Amino acid sequence: MEQTLTFASAEPTGAVAFATADGLLGSVWLLVAIPLVSAAILLLLGRRADRWGHWLGVGAIGAAFVLGLTYFLQLRGLENKQVQLSLWQFITVGDLKVDFGLLFDPLAAVFVLLITGVGFLIHLYAVEYMAHDEGRRRFFGYFNLFVAAMLLLVLGNNYVMLYFGWEGVGLASYLLISFWYGRPSAATAGKKAFLMNRVGDAGLAIGIFVLFAQLGTTQYDEVFSGVGALSQTTVLVLGLLLLLGAAGKSGQFPLQAWLPDAMEGPTPVSALIHAATMVTAGVYLIARSNPIFSANATLQLVVVSVGAVTLLMGCLIGAAKDDIKRVLAWSTVSQIGYMFLGVGLGGGAYALAIVHLLAHGFFKANMFLGAGSVMHGMNDQVDIRRFGNLAKYMKVTWLTFMMGWLAIIGIPPLSGYFSKEPIIATAFERGDWTSWLFGSAALLGAGLTAFYMTRLFVLTFHGPARWTEDIEHPHESPKLMTVPLILLAIGSVGAGFLLSTSVPDWLTATAGLGGEHAEHEAVLAHWLITALSLLVTVLGAGLAWYLFRNGTATAPQPAGVLVTAARRNLYTDAFNEAVFEKPGIFLTRALVFLDNRGVDGLVNGLAAAVGGGSGRLRRLQTGFVRSYATSILTGALLVVAAFLAVQAGWLA
Amino acid sequence: MTELKLPSIDYAALAPILIMLGAALFGVLVEAFVPRRLRNPVQLLLALAAVLAALTMVILNADDRLITAGHAIAVDGPTLFLQGAILILAAMALLLIGERAVERGGAFVAHAAVTAESVDDRRQAAGAGGTTEVYPLTTFAIGGMLIFVAANDLLTMFIALEVFSLPLYLLCALARRRRLLSQEAALKYFMLGAYASAFFLFGVALVYGFTAGVPDRAAGVDFATVHAAVGESSSSQVLLFAGMALLAIGLLFKAAAAPFHVWTPDVYQGAPTPVTGFMAACTKVAAFGALLRVFHVAFSGAAWDFTPVLGAVAVLTMLVGAVLAVTQTDIKRLLAYSSIANAGYLLVGVLAPSKDGLSGTMFYLVAYGFSVLAAFAVVTLVRDADGEATHLSRWAGLGRRSPFFAAIFTFILLAFAGIPLTSGFTSKFAIFAPALDANQAWLVIAGVLTSMVLAFPYLRVVVMMWLSEPGDATPTVTVPGALTSAALVIGVLATLVLGVAPAPLLDLATGAAEFVR
Repeated sequence: MEQTLTFASAEPTGAVAFATADGLLGSVWLLVAIPLVSAAILLLLGRRADRWGHWLGVGAIGAAFVLGLTYFLQLRGLENKQVQLSLWQFITVGDLKVDFGLLFDPLAAVFVLLITGVGFLIHLYAVEYMAHDEGRRRFFGYFNLFVAAMLLLVLGNNYVMLYFGWEGVGLASYLLISFWYGRPSAATAGKKAFLMNRVGDAGLAIGIFVLFAQLGTTQYDEVFSGVGALSQTTVLVLGLLLLLGAAGKSGQFPLQAWLPDAMEGPTPVSALIHAATMVTAGVYLIARSNPIFSANATLQLVVVSVGAVTLLMGCLIGAAKDDIKRVLAWSTVSQIGYMFLGVGLGGGAYALAIVHLLAHGFFKANMFLGAGSVMHGMNDQVDIRRFGNLAKYMKVTWLTFMMGWLAIIGIPPLSGYFSKEPIIATAFERGDWTSWLFGSAALLGAGLTAFYMTRLFVLTFHGPARWTEDIEHPHESPKLMTVPLILLAIGSVGAGFLLSTSVPDWLTATAGLGGEHAEHEAVLAHWLITALSLLVTVLGAGLAWYLFRNGTATAPQPAGVLVTAARRNLYTDAFNEAVFEKPGIFLTRALVFLDNRGVDGLVNGLAAAVGGGSGRLRRLQTGFVRSYATSILTGALLVVAAFLAVQAGWLA
Repeated sequence: MTELKLPSIDYAALAPILIMLGAALFGVLVEAFVPRRLRNPVQLLLALAAVLAALTMVILNADDRLITAGHAIAVDGPTLFLQGAILILAAMALLLIGERAVERGGAFVAHAAVTAESVDDRRQAAGAGGTTEVYPLTTFAIGGMLIFVAANDLLTMFIALEVFSLPLYLLCALARRRRLLSQEAALKYFMLGAYASAFFLFGVALVYGFTAGVPDRAAGVDFATVHAAVGESSSSQVLLFAGMALLAIGLLFKAAAAPFHVWTPDVYQGAPTPVTGFMAACTKVAAFGALLRVFHVAFSGAAWDFTPVLGAVAVLTMLVGAVLAVTQTDIKRLLAYSSIANAGYLLVGVLAPSKDGLSGTMFYLVAYGFSVLAAFAVVTLVRDADGEATHLSRWAGLGRRSPFFAAIFTFILLAFAGIPLTSGFTSKFAIFAPALDANQAWLVIAGVLTSMVLAFPYLRVVVMMWLSEPGDATPTVTVPGALTSAALVIGVLATLVLGVAPAPLLDLATGAAEFVR
């Protein structure tokens, strides 16, 4: 990996300095403000905006994209490619100074382009997709809110700003998952996402507190400059806390369970939030914090392990699911596993992970929107066992989905090949026996990905039709939906090559991402790895084609141990239930039992004590003036007595 | 014949007070001479114009640091800051009081003398125009509050106390619905208020006696004399401490601190909701303004002695407010207990003797005033055919029926609970940090613990609004008229802005945080 050292040393001890934003870049705050204002207008105007609201939403994101592109071009011409803009001092109390400031650097720039670019296409698609929903204006309000929060997340110049964005996207995601709150499953999924994200967010929040306690600042530049002075244990604890936050937001092991359930939301939401952007925030966090993660080898090992475990887990479960959106969701979990693997490997692999993230944003959004298009034509059916033979009826969806499929399984020259294969190769370069471990995990994952994605593709578009009775003639979706599909398909085809040749160089100007890294001898030759990964891909895809070319049964079949386990999410839900839910319920019941004479509904012992005390004290509030006057008199006597006692020196 | 020497009077410095009292007197004339159907708009405009004019004068006087009217009035930083706060909050309260679109004829009764619950009473409840005397009464009360925070001697303070208390007693009795509850509240408030005033007056007498012991100085109740006496008086210290205790009782009653808080829930519940909001915001500012002045200016020499006693009162107040809020079933009583607990937090600020403590307390008063007025504004909107639906069970599922207003109320409750990004967080921080610096950690610990208890009832309301299914009994939210909307927008925006960018107001408070003696 050849990289040039532009300004900052990759050593964690190296000083990091940001330039001040001026000129055109001084208005970088508009990126956040435009979608935010649009969201406010949509949500505040109410029904008055129903007729034109969705176009305002689309226009806001389009404007943000154009602006983002202008800033991007502007940034290319600068010497120090990291400019920050301090808007105002947000909190100034004692030593704690938190800047309300933005940082526009190469990493943020590529994220801005991804969020607004893919976001714009998905917004456009949603205009048609949500056309028959009476909550369309509200939907676009939330959607704009999400984009604003996500842009704030990637543009902040300190961890507190990142945290605001982090919570903002969490809120928008929660609102959008339970958008159809009338459905109990959607409401439950919303709550599940909310709770699991809280666990991760608590980790991130504590991590930020640790940063402040140890370094006295949360500004990126000061943190990265100061991290070298911290002890190894501190860095490890700090990194693990940040990792917990990242795992919660990105659906990584052990906090992966909410992401597939989040598919209860409208499909454009799944495409934008739960595939292309928000779930990659964890990868962004680790890439942004790379000076911290690079400073401790154990930490990197943990990140790599989380990535490897998750990527295999996602593949296995994805292969056993029958719901088209859930398969894609587990595939997202698995692909983000690859990205974690990449950022965990450190050094040049950071850039590879970002490349995979961007490429994945295109092809996964493409496939999700394709799935939405299929559902649109099939009366919202999601079971792939009831599809089949759709290639004939939905030509555009079929072809665009095919591009996504070929991209994700990594067939050259589509984008997945250029973004995933280098990660697999780098996994073999760790230099000790773990090369074999993580390398083969990544390789195995590639084979499994080929298997389950081919299964999905074949069952949906080929083989005999297995539709439910109510469908006679599936129809292709309208133009407004197919045009974004086509554009995203073009991205799926071409983005990989373009990104893999340009982005790593571009990213070197980001704090910590540039510079030389000790290269380990790869345990296998590069050409051999490439050949192997193509081989397992073809094998996986071929096997799936062979098994499913004639369709499948429309009802669940008895299956072996592994498939049953995979169908049940590898028993992770059962584990959560047994370890967290059951004892929680038991504890609650026990407390209620102990406390059934307290105020009903209070399950917490302390609250019950307060409630009981409150109930008793409340009786003093009789409503009679005479008893009030008595209590005032008693109080007066006590206060006078206390003053006199102080004066006499009894209390002093 | 002795020559009469007139004290010099700086009319410009007194202008805010004079404008408010003049407008109140003029308002009485309006009642007599303006035709009935024009009275409401004329009175409302007159009151608002007077408040704006007074506020303008306060801003013009911003650099004044003087004592005028023969040592009776001190115009200094805290006076001007608190007068400004009272005027801005009072303007919001006037908007709520003037609202006529939410209920026909407004929240006030048309003829207070009609027997409650009689046939006539029901007829007037159905939509007769409300009484317009509320405006001069409110204006008088505002004028009294302006004097109260500026008073430089104990007698002026006492008179100001009465000037703003008497109109409030009357205002409490004027609710259009639930008249008996309203009248009962007014009577209770009046009787207990008179009782507390007696304590205050007795305290003034004892302190006067104490000041007589200073050699070479005439006895008096102006703060400079009292301050000098604390250091050098040869009179019995019992006079000082008993007097200080009794003065404190009179003021703590107005501030709704335990155990002198007993009137608060009944009065907050019975009074017309706009008046409740006015009391919760403006009376709080006035009462704490006076407490700050009495304890920071007059008795600062005895700080070592009063801090433990008032600290105990503060802890007790927080505990009573927080614990009792838990089992409340009426939203107005819940807010009343929350206001009691907040009085406890404010006392923590009063007991931090530094400049930061003073500015933090003033910041808290403003921030809390905005939030609490917005909260009561929402309460006026949640109604059914019988008027406001204040029982908490009726709020279940409001989030489904009216997500917008439920979201606003949730935001305000989160502010009360002290969640970051709201003014509730910054203001608690502004008060607890100086208390920690002043080694009053026990007060801060009590404050943080009771805040956690207090978060429970707030969150219970939030959970109830959002996670319960709406029942048949869930009332609708009336679309507010322009006046309530304006008050609500100001309150919510202030709560948000003071949470996100508190620095300008904090700087202003810090710049104003110095008393003149």
